[in-house]
Amino acid sequence: MSRAHVSLHDVTRVYAGARGARHDVHALGPVNLELRQGEFFAVVGPSGCGKSTLLDVIAGLSRASAGTIEFEGRAVDGEVPEGVGVVFQDDACFPWLTVRDNIDFGLRQAAVEAQERTRRLSHALELMGLSDFAGAYPAQLSGGMRQRVCIARTLVLQPRLILLDEPFGALDQQTRLLMGDELLRLWRDTGATVLLITHALDEAAMLADRIGVMSARPGRILDIVETGWPRDRDSRIVAESSFGEITGLLWRSLRVESLKALGKSAGVTSALP
Amino acid sequence: MTRAAGFRLGLVLGAVFLLEVLCRAGVIDHLTMPPPSQILRDLGVMLSSGAMYPAMAKTLLNVVIAFSAAVVVGVAAGIGLHGWNALRQGLEPLFATYYAIPVFAFYPLLIILFGLGDAPQILIGFMLAVVTVIMNTLNGLDRVSPVLRKTARIHRLGRLATALKVTLPCAAPSVLTGVKLAVAYAFIGIIGAEFIMSRTGIGYEISFAYNNFDNATMYPLILLILAVSTLVNAALSHWEKILMQRRGLG
Repeated sequence: MSRAHVSLHDVTRVYAGARGARHDVHALGPVNLELRQGEFFAVVGPSGCGKSTLLDVIAGLSRASAGTIEFEGRAVDGEVPEGVGVVFQDDACFPWLTVRDNIDFGLRQAAVEAQERTRRLSHALELMGLSDFAGAYPAQLSGGMRQRVCIARTLVLQPRLILLDEPFGALDQQTRLLMGDELLRLWRDTGATVLLITHALDEAAMLADRIGVMSARPGRILDIVETGWPRDRDSRIVAESSFGEITGLLWRSLRVESLKALGKSAGVTSALP
Repeated sequence: MTRAAGFRLGLVLGAVFLLEVLCRAGVIDHLTMPPPSQILRDLGVMLSSGAMYPAMAKTLLNVVIAFSAAVVVGVAAGIGLHGWNALRQGLEPLFATYYAIPVFAFYPLLIILFGLGDAPQILIGFMLAVVTVIMNTLNGLDRVSPVLRKTARIHRLGRLATALKVTLPCAAPSVLTGVKLAVAYAFIGIIGAEFIMSRTGIGYEISFAYNNFDNATMYPLILLILAVSTLVNAALSHWEKILMQRRGLG
């Protein structure tokens, strides 16, 4: 549980300014962070702080402007490494494919042997409660079920690192809690390292072993909060008194940063009720 | 059948019935147009005699060649231009005004360049059809959501595999709109070209029959073209409807 599975050293991301803009946009960093093998790590931060940029550079979807990222000891540099799976907030189901074919997509690309493909596919459909909808098209499913298809498509490839970019952001609160339970179960079953990007403090507090709090842009890790939850937890921990303490702690760290992101200074904030 | 489709069918059948009545009452004289029922009978006779088979085969084959080339080149060019913004920005105004240019006006030049064979006719069909495929492919690719492109990268797909397995299937409804128009343009191009620069084909036969007051040949051929293009269009529309329904858009 203690070996660094992913490590970021002085990682920054600067976007070239739009034509006519005076300055480049410094979106992220410098960020120094280590994700331990098999842990569930969440990142919270104010809107526009660079959370998704952080996920993109770890996934290899975007190149870091400076600094180094390593996954399992190998450098990540603008290419998605083998063993990394990503679930996005936006609907990433392929609308022209059935649920079964959506989940099978990655297995085909990875040229997994036919018998093994069938086994993993059936398992994923059953695990995500999608067996009765295998022949349905995404348009026939609810938002929550479509997100389950995307999670299943990621899981069948048995990633060792799962990156989740606000995967439940478009869902209602009850569905989010239930999906959170499913996510915790999958995390325990797969043994993968999970990095969850979220703006919801309660979601981070419920799901993660550790929570990184990011500053307003350019996002840096300000603080890391250990939740101390047992591995076999579920959404019922929201009733624990320590759950409130954790979200309170997160909010204390985040409040000033969130106001900064809104363009309000600390002086103004002190006058707020 | 939906109410709208029923209304549409009723309108067409009503127009045919009206023509039949006007022709039989002598309001439209027989030298101008025979009654639709007579045209249908003449078409039956023509098809059973087989006299027009070579002309039909030649025209349809040329339409298929022009159409297929337009779809392959149009989709490939659409994909290429989508990834090359500078060239796209340069060409897009030309595409927008392309259909204001009468391609048929270039037929003497095409005959000089390619002779009197099938090539210039196919080229006219291709030229008319290809741009609509390019524009609709570009339009469809523009609508592919960035998250699907990211998903392709997560699955470590290369540029070609991304186009063939993700972006093009995603853009399929729009591409299909271009394909439907390409069928119509290919027919217009080939048959129009046969009118002016060919000694064979349905277009030539229509023109020949017209010059010889041969209504028993001209009208059945016009009906045949109408029937074939409507049939192809209906088949593509059906396919389009299935694609849209799968996406909850039908």
